[in-house]
Amino acid sequence: MRLNSQLQPRVEPSYRQPIPVCHDLSLARELVGLHDSGALWWPEERTLVVSDLHLEKAASIAKSKGLMLPPYDTATTLEKLSALIDLFDPRRVICLGDSFHDCESSERMPAAYLAMLATMQLGREWIWITGNHDPEIAGHICGERYEELSIKSLSFRHEPIEGAERGEICGHLHPAAKVRRMGRTIRRACFATNGNRLVLPAFGALTGGLNVMDRAFSDVFAEKRFSVFMLGNGRLFPFTASKLLSE
Amino acid sequence: MTDTSHLPSVFDDWFGSRGWAPRAHQLELFDKVTSGNSALLIAPTGGGKTLAGFLPSLVDLHQKREVDKRKAGEAKAAGTGGLHTLYMSPLKALATDIHRNLEVPIEEMGLSIKLETRSGDTPSHKKQRQKRLPPDILLTTPEQISLLLSDKNAERLFADLHYVILDELHELVTSKRGDLLALALTRLRKLAPNLRCIGLSATIAHPDDLRAYLVEQPLSQDVRHAEIVQAKGGAKPHITILETQERLPWSGHSCIYALPEIYEEIKAHNTTLVFVNTRSQAERLFQELWRINEDTLPIALHHGSLDVGQRRKVEAHMAAGQLKAVVCTSSLDLGIDWGDIDLVINVGAPKGASRLAQRIGRANHRMNEASKAILVPSNRFEVLECQAALEASEAGEQDTPPLREGGLDVLAQHIMCVACAAPFEPEQLYEEVISSQSYRHLGYDLFVKAVEFVATGGYALKAYDRYAKLRPTKEGLFRVSHPQFAQQYRLNSGTILDAATLKVRQVKPRGANSKRPLGFGGKMLGEIEEWFIEQLAVGDTFVFAGQVLKFEGLKESEAYVSRSASQDPKIPSYQGGKFPLSTYLAEGVRNFASDPNSWSSLPGQVREWLELQKEKSQLPDYERLLVETFPRNDKHYLVCYPFEGRLAHQTLGMLLTRRLERAGLHPLGFVATEYSLALWGLTDLGTAIKSGRLQLDELFEEDMLGDDLEAWLAESSLMKRTFRNCAMISGLVERRHPGKEKTGRQITINTDLIYNVLHEHEPDHLLLQATWTDAATGLLDISRLGHFLSRIDKRITHSALGRVSPLAVPVLLEIGKEPIFGSATEELLADAADDLILEAQL
Repeated sequence: MRLNSQLQPRVEPSYRQPIPVCHDLSLARELVGLHDSGALWWPEERTLVVSDLHLEKAASIAKSKGLMLPPYDTATTLEKLSALIDLFDPRRVICLGDSFHDCESSERMPAAYLAMLATMQLGREWIWITGNHDPEIAGHICGERYEELSIKSLSFRHEPIEGAERGEICGHLHPAAKVRRMGRTIRRACFATNGNRLVLPAFGALTGGLNVMDRAFSDVFAEKRFSVFMLGNGRLFPFTASKLLSE
Repeated sequence: MTDTSHLPSVFDDWFGSRGWAPRAHQLELFDKVTSGNSALLIAPTGGGKTLAGFLPSLVDLHQKREVDKRKAGEAKAAGTGGLHTLYMSPLKALATDIHRNLEVPIEEMGLSIKLETRSGDTPSHKKQRQKRLPPDILLTTPEQISLLLSDKNAERLFADLHYVILDELHELVTSKRGDLLALALTRLRKLAPNLRCIGLSATIAHPDDLRAYLVEQPLSQDVRHAEIVQAKGGAKPHITILETQERLPWSGHSCIYALPEIYEEIKAHNTTLVFVNTRSQAERLFQELWRINEDTLPIALHHGSLDVGQRRKVEAHMAAGQLKAVVCTSSLDLGIDWGDIDLVINVGAPKGASRLAQRIGRANHRMNEASKAILVPSNRFEVLECQAALEASEAGEQDTPPLREGGLDVLAQHIMCVACAAPFEPEQLYEEVISSQSYRHLGYDLFVKAVEFVATGGYALKAYDRYAKLRPTKEGLFRVSHPQFAQQYRLNSGTILDAATLKVRQVKPRGANSKRPLGFGGKMLGEIEEWFIEQLAVGDTFVFAGQVLKFEGLKESEAYVSRSASQDPKIPSYQGGKFPLSTYLAEGVRNFASDPNSWSSLPGQVREWLELQKEKSQLPDYERLLVETFPRNDKHYLVCYPFEGRLAHQTLGMLLTRRLERAGLHPLGFVATEYSLALWGLTDLGTAIKSGRLQLDELFEEDMLGDDLEAWLAESSLMKRTFRNCAMISGLVERRHPGKEKTGRQITINTDLIYNVLHEHEPDHLLLQATWTDAATGLLDISRLGHFLSRIDKRITHSALGRVSPLAVPVLLEIGKEPIFGSATEELLADAADDLILEAQL
């Protein structure tokens, strides 16, 4: 209660207050902002949404395959998230699933990272949507767990489902888009949306992308009837699907 | 030296039966090697080099069999001992060729010697059997030797090894394969104390490097050398530059202008080899030749990415003397011996004096006759380069690079290799490693870091100790912690992955909007570099395997294509990066351009061009850098002439762009050729220089190789591509999983991210060191750029012009043909996004 009341003066932002997002998008009548970090900002609810953090991915691969990838991915991802939280000061954070690379990751996460996470969680509501990589999250990690969650006319889940209601926000697919320009191809992670549904790019430091022209997206978006917002530096680059290259 | 008494009579008789006598260098090599030394033989192509290399081994095996026969009677004579001789070459094709050529004398002399090849394509049951029952002589590649060395039975397998023959050694040592081989040799020397190495090489600039490479180096500072045998050089080649009646192009690399003249030369000779520098040039030239081939001369195409079956066919026809000409790339640079070639045409610039000499060596295998070669420059600057190469050839100059320092990524792979065979003692292994010339400057600290890298990734943050791949035993030996890792090593070892390739399969064409899935199982046409396919959109046409093909799509690691009716294919841009212009030839070109007294040998058109330059602007001085500025259309250009090769120019362009940006001069882009570099923007650079707002001395100051380079590299895709190679070679990431091949595309994504994370958190990591070294000598050519910058320090001449100068025309013509660098990816994207907005009339 006390924390909430402290937050009170800042909780009522005017719509005119400049919000540090790159692109506004209307989704099921809700105004949301797309950020060049790959995060989604919902100003009315002061809610920050990120997807597919894949924390402890490198450690997980070192353990299972003996490939010793740099053990700095968790730190990188958490630092990036922490900077966003400083920037937006959200009342609520939603992690859209696959937040931990495997079920043991949350168990195994080094104390320093746990502390970083706990600091970020202070004073705000924290929601873990579970994903296929992290159906269970260790008990000592704070935050509520949901398989899916609806707030106002938006619904949040990890994987898009068939026949979903308007306003579905999901992750899982790690969308990336490729365009060609002056003899060079450029491939970037991206948001992908058709106005009803929005797929967030993967936020984690070691998460690759899947081309939105891949077959895996054909059930999510009717062929070529969607747009992407490729992540840039301080801006997003919009393209309609017809302009994109497949792999 | 002509007495043949050192050879057993059966050998002398065989030479005699062929009407031959062993050549002086063959006998000299035989004597040096049989008296217990390793040796390097330098001989031009066709000097009986390969047979010379095998003679000691064949004679030794023959004598052993004779002894066996006397001891045990006929019955046991056919049985083999262990592996006696290894033969390694840079090309699989070469091993096959040698196999064929060696079987003849073995059979004709009735020697009971077993000869086998082993490569990545050898069926696994045969590979297993070769480990159990090895042949006397194994023809193979450095990768296969490493794999055999990682076997638990390596010690037994190699214990009786006597000879290692390294063919085309000058070629082997120029890449990471050479590093891998150097390390494998240190191991072999340990396992087989009787080992002698025989190196076979074309003429090179630094033979002592190769001599040192062949023998074990002492721990002291002294350098040991193998013996050297030098074959008498043949007659000087007869080289000319094509005298064309046509107009010499300003730029481009196609040489189409000279096509009818090339065709006439082919007609006038028995068999012609037409060398070009890249696969795409080969394809294009082949197409064009057939377009005018009214006499339907048998002209064939041969390059490294064609399907093996197709290449074998061409090779067989060639050997049988059925072909009039073959258009080929460096896939034929190496010593495959083929019939009677009486002319070599080198299309495009030769890029290096030694490279040219080796190519010309293909013609006329009788050593005493002069080889005949014609150089066809594809543009005016290349005329200068051809002229420089011609003079180098007359002077017998060589410009092969010095021996490279062994790569750390290859070292990591070798450490894993050794560990897979048996637990190792780090200090012993260190001494073994530095006994190779390639690694002798490696410090113990760095070696320990490499071991740590293999074990746990070697990070400052010790996160993976509990998953370590190598663990110390009680005795202080390092052993592989789980058999899974040995398996992983075997699936991922090797160093050849410079270009990720995709298989090209021909399928039935699809209609423009067809939803029909891609067809299956058409004919395999060969392999194509992934970067090339990446730039294609479905429906684009290109030339491959001598036909115009339409790109239909990608499926896993295969590119599906169909035949196209199109006559006008989208030709890939010239990839000159493959062979950068050698420093030696660059100097020659610089010399020509600066000195009017040397122009008498040049064709009239080129002379006029240079005269015009002198009149309108000025000639680039030999000692100084010429910088020209001029306006053109509504842009302002800055063109400079470093003559340092395209790679160094690209790096320079990238760095200059950053500096101009910082100076508020808003550069828009740049394009680089082998000889010059052009930058442009909207600000008047000429005025900025004159008013002192832009100081050329500062702009070209050497310190750009510090922070500017660092800042640019952090985001450079070249660096990421280099890192990807290092990551795969060192075993940080997998090349493929058992059963499913990971395509290069997926790997790119992953290693780019790994690079970002690593660069941010541990910029001094071993693998980033390895990446930096590679980039500095390879794709970025920083070492050369560094030399250049210090050479022209405060020696810059500015020529402010009202219009484009004659010398600047070629590079300006490249704009639009070459990918333009400089404008950052972000701007390209912004540009594309803006187009879309325009299109939508927003």
